[in-house]
Amino acid sequence: MNWSWMLPEAFSTFSEDVDAIYYVILWVTGVIFVITESVLVYFLVRYRHKEGRKATYDHGSTKLEVVWTTATLVVCLALGIASKGVWDRMKIDVPPGSMEIIVTAKQFEWNVTYPGTDGALGTADDFDVLNQIHAPVDRPVWIHLRAEDVLHSLFLPEMRVKQDAIPGRDIPVWFEATATGDYTIGCAELCGIGHTTMSGTLTIHTAADFQVWVTAQAQ
Amino acid sequence: MTAMTADRSPMAGMKVYNLKLGMWVFLLSEVMFFTGLIGSYIILRFAHPESFGAPGDVLNVPLTAFNTFVLICSSVTMVKAFAAIEQGDQRGLQKWLLATILLGAFFVGVQAVEYTLLSREGFVPMAESYHAIARGAAEGSAVIGGPLYGATFYTMTGFHGAHVSIGVLCLCFTLWRARKGAYTAGSLGGVEIMGLYWHFVDLVWILLFTIVYLI
Amino acid sequence: MSTTEQEIGGAIVAGGQHDHHEIPWIRRYVFATDHKMIAKQFMFMSLFFLLVGGTLAGMMRWQLGFPSQPMPGGGILPDAMMAPTPAGAIMLPEFYNSLVTMHGTIMIFFAIMPLLVGLFGNLLIPLQIGAEDMAFPRLNMASFWLAVPAGMLMLASFAVEGGAAGAGWTSYAPLSTSGEWTGVYLGQQLWLVSLTILGFSSLVGAVNYITTVINMRAPGMTWFRIPLGTWSLFVTAVLVLLAIPILAGALIMLLFDQTIGTGFFRPEVGGEPLLWQHLFWFFGHPEVYILILPAMGITSEVLSNRARKPIFGYHSMVLALISIGFLGWIVWGHHMFQSGMNPLLGTSFMISTMAIAVPSAIKTFNWLGTLWKADIHFDVPMLHALSFVSMFIIGGLSGIFMASTPVDIYIHDTYFIVAHLHYVLFGGSLFAIFAGITFWFPKMFGRMMNEPLGKVHFFLTFIFYNLVFFPMHNLGLQGMMRRIYDFTQYEFLQPLQPMNEFISQFAFALIATQMLFVINFFWSIFKGEKASDNPWNSNTLEWTVPSPPPHGNFAQMPMVFRGPYEYNSPESDYDFLPQTTPPREGPGPSSGVPEPRPTPEGAEA
Repeated sequence: MNWSWMLPEAFSTFSEDVDAIYYVILWVTGVIFVITESVLVYFLVRYRHKEGRKATYDHGSTKLEVVWTTATLVVCLALGIASKGVWDRMKIDVPPGSMEIIVTAKQFEWNVTYPGTDGALGTADDFDVLNQIHAPVDRPVWIHLRAEDVLHSLFLPEMRVKQDAIPGRDIPVWFEATATGDYTIGCAELCGIGHTTMSGTLTIHTAADFQVWVTAQAQ
Repeated sequence: MTAMTADRSPMAGMKVYNLKLGMWVFLLSEVMFFTGLIGSYIILRFAHPESFGAPGDVLNVPLTAFNTFVLICSSVTMVKAFAAIEQGDQRGLQKWLLATILLGAFFVGVQAVEYTLLSREGFVPMAESYHAIARGAAEGSAVIGGPLYGATFYTMTGFHGAHVSIGVLCLCFTLWRARKGAYTAGSLGGVEIMGLYWHFVDLVWILLFTIVYLI
Repeated sequence: MSTTEQEIGGAIVAGGQHDHHEIPWIRRYVFATDHKMIAKQFMFMSLFFLLVGGTLAGMMRWQLGFPSQPMPGGGILPDAMMAPTPAGAIMLPEFYNSLVTMHGTIMIFFAIMPLLVGLFGNLLIPLQIGAEDMAFPRLNMASFWLAVPAGMLMLASFAVEGGAAGAGWTSYAPLSTSGEWTGVYLGQQLWLVSLTILGFSSLVGAVNYITTVINMRAPGMTWFRIPLGTWSLFVTAVLVLLAIPILAGALIMLLFDQTIGTGFFRPEVGGEPLLWQHLFWFFGHPEVYILILPAMGITSEVLSNRARKPIFGYHSMVLALISIGFLGWIVWGHHMFQSGMNPLLGTSFMISTMAIAVPSAIKTFNWLGTLWKADIHFDVPMLHALSFVSMFIIGGLSGIFMASTPVDIYIHDTYFIVAHLHYVLFGGSLFAIFAGITFWFPKMFGRMMNEPLGKVHFFLTFIFYNLVFFPMHNLGLQGMMRRIYDFTQYEFLQPLQPMNEFISQFAFALIATQMLFVINFFWSIFKGEKASDNPWNSNTLEWTVPSPPPHGNFAQMPMVFRGPYEYNSPESDYDFLPQTTPPREGPGPSSGVPEPRPTPEGAEA
């Protein structure tokens, strides 16, 4: 059983930044956790009732309140501000020159549409693949995420990607893989009886192998 | 029962007695309820304008404007009812309560007629019906509304109408109590809170009429 | 424990006794208008639903710990829920989805909310402010008797064709708009109707609580002398008042989508699924504060009393409650970061969410400050209250992770969220409920609960609870999604099977342990040690009347002279000083015994 609070390894260009924020938060909350719980336990031991013990008649300290309120606010806001840049990069700034594909979620499968050898979506040589996303390494991929029936959520854990899919909408999702291999596609939004079966494979090829794959599929 | 929960016993707190404070608090929740419905309409209208029509094309604005006037008159009669009991005028109270009831019932009646006429023209809450009508409509003939228009229209005005109807029933109950001599100049909480509710329902209508019929 | 003689106005409280003989049995116990009886009614109803919710969780944990293996006892359930096989009955995914949905729904709406708001609101508010009952006793009765049919409908939905609702307690559209998507038809509609009725129940309760607190405080009970129990319930009632109507509107629109074919949330006819989420969470976020604020209030009461020390920073505590109440309205989008709403909104909601961490942190520091240089008595209520503080710290800190939008991309809809919500709702709210029930049990029933059994229940619950929910953080970090019938379908999650089994074993133990509480509870009602008026030597007004209090509570109008947390005050010879004890006049010997008090006519507030 894995009791570690380390994140599993990730293989996308922005995963380092996301994971870094996670670890900063882990440290900050970890330190606060240790301090507050230790103080609590210490107080329980030190100030437990004993014969003759009298509690101090004390209503508080405004100065202390101001100090810890300000400190908490500063820490929380700093974490928020630090997060904004990474969020914008992951959700808004799709890089130009990305390879575009369409992923359509439906009960209970992922339909992935590729531009064919002409490299353009929406043309006659587009082809569909079921429950598989193939992409070249070191090239950004822009997924047009759609849904046919109910909400689903495209979850690519090793790429640190998650985005809900809404029927009637086309939502941009992007990532750039940094290592070849087979990874996970999952659905992360309850979508019905077969929600548990929507697993798929994300395969990252070398650029050359990817071309080979595309050519083979287009036939 | 001590003075603590009697009709008019201000305690260490605001000098507003329990029934009245309770009604104000309840009306606050009603504000939120209508905000949810009206807010949803506004959001849907902005996000999907193609699913709606222009109010002037679809709804009978003149008829409803008249109906609005009727409801406003009923607020006036309600004010007069309360003024009467403040003076201890029992007959006046009953007279003006009855007038309010009749005007309120008239409002609901007109709304029922309006609904009937609209649905005959194909303006209904069901989204598929709109599409069916649109598909079946003869070439070039106008199809009123949109798939979301009926749903939002009937929900907002329907819940308002339900509130008016409940108000009319409560007014009848208030009138019945008045005839039994339950209210005096010193004990008129029941009438006052009835008035608060009624004026609130009127205010919501003015807002609804503006947002739904005029904009 | 010593008792201070409580003579109110020089007369023994006996006047109220007469009323008991005049009220017929059905008016006293069934269609009760006395707030104390209604409190008990809510308590019994909610404890029943707590056990139901726990049983549903137990079944879920079977499936998660032993995926698609025959469940012991599963044979008694119908084929629509459990598929019969030669080896035994195996849970079906549709039933698992219903279990997920109904566990959350029942725990939130029929257990935690009625316990905190229905039980403690009714029990504490009139007594703590010195009123004889709520402002509207018959409306109060209506509040309870609306909750009952709501609960019955919710349970009945398991028995209809298609089963109980299966779209999650959050009922997202479009999944929830049609049985075509979920396989659930009538069950989903019953869910909506049940919650609408329950909404009415809560709403009229809120009107009552707010009016009572504003208008019916005894002379001398100024706003800043109100105990934190009542303060927290007051702020909670305002949240209920304003949030429930939004939910009602949303439920009604969804019901229309399901039944008459409107298209509010149905994209196939031009509707907007995100509108459901916005409406639901605009209600839903204040709702989670409704589920925690009274728990914080109870914790403050118990901590201060059992530590024999004033609450550290009472005014800040009140301000924190009010700030949480306000800020709670502007953070709802943090449940929707990955929903497809405009990412710019993600940032604004992240900032407001980080801000709302602050008042909760202040309260936590103040609880620690209350324990500093205190005189701590480890009775059962105190153990549960301390548990609240320590577990709430974990729940609150884990929230910081999901408040950061990029981190939330990874952990949203995983077990990390499940861990967080159970740390605040169980580690927080439920432990506070146990603290409150054990603390005010003597006031309700005139008897103490059994202390040793209470301690065993506490320790086992605390240990098992942490073994169940702490590892869920790890499951989430490894990527395990929520609401997933069989995670072993995902290769990357298969290594998590041992941890899931571990959690399930301790979950069964945790559920079984609650029997100790049930036994203690019922045994103590009949056989518990008789309790005095003020067994905890507390300062607040409910402890100046007999246990249990008579109808009408106070024989004479109480007079309040000070705040509620004057423990170990130099003005008292004892380590407590009730709010209603008149102040000493000038120098000279004094006692904690209140002198015969002037009648209300003679005294000015």
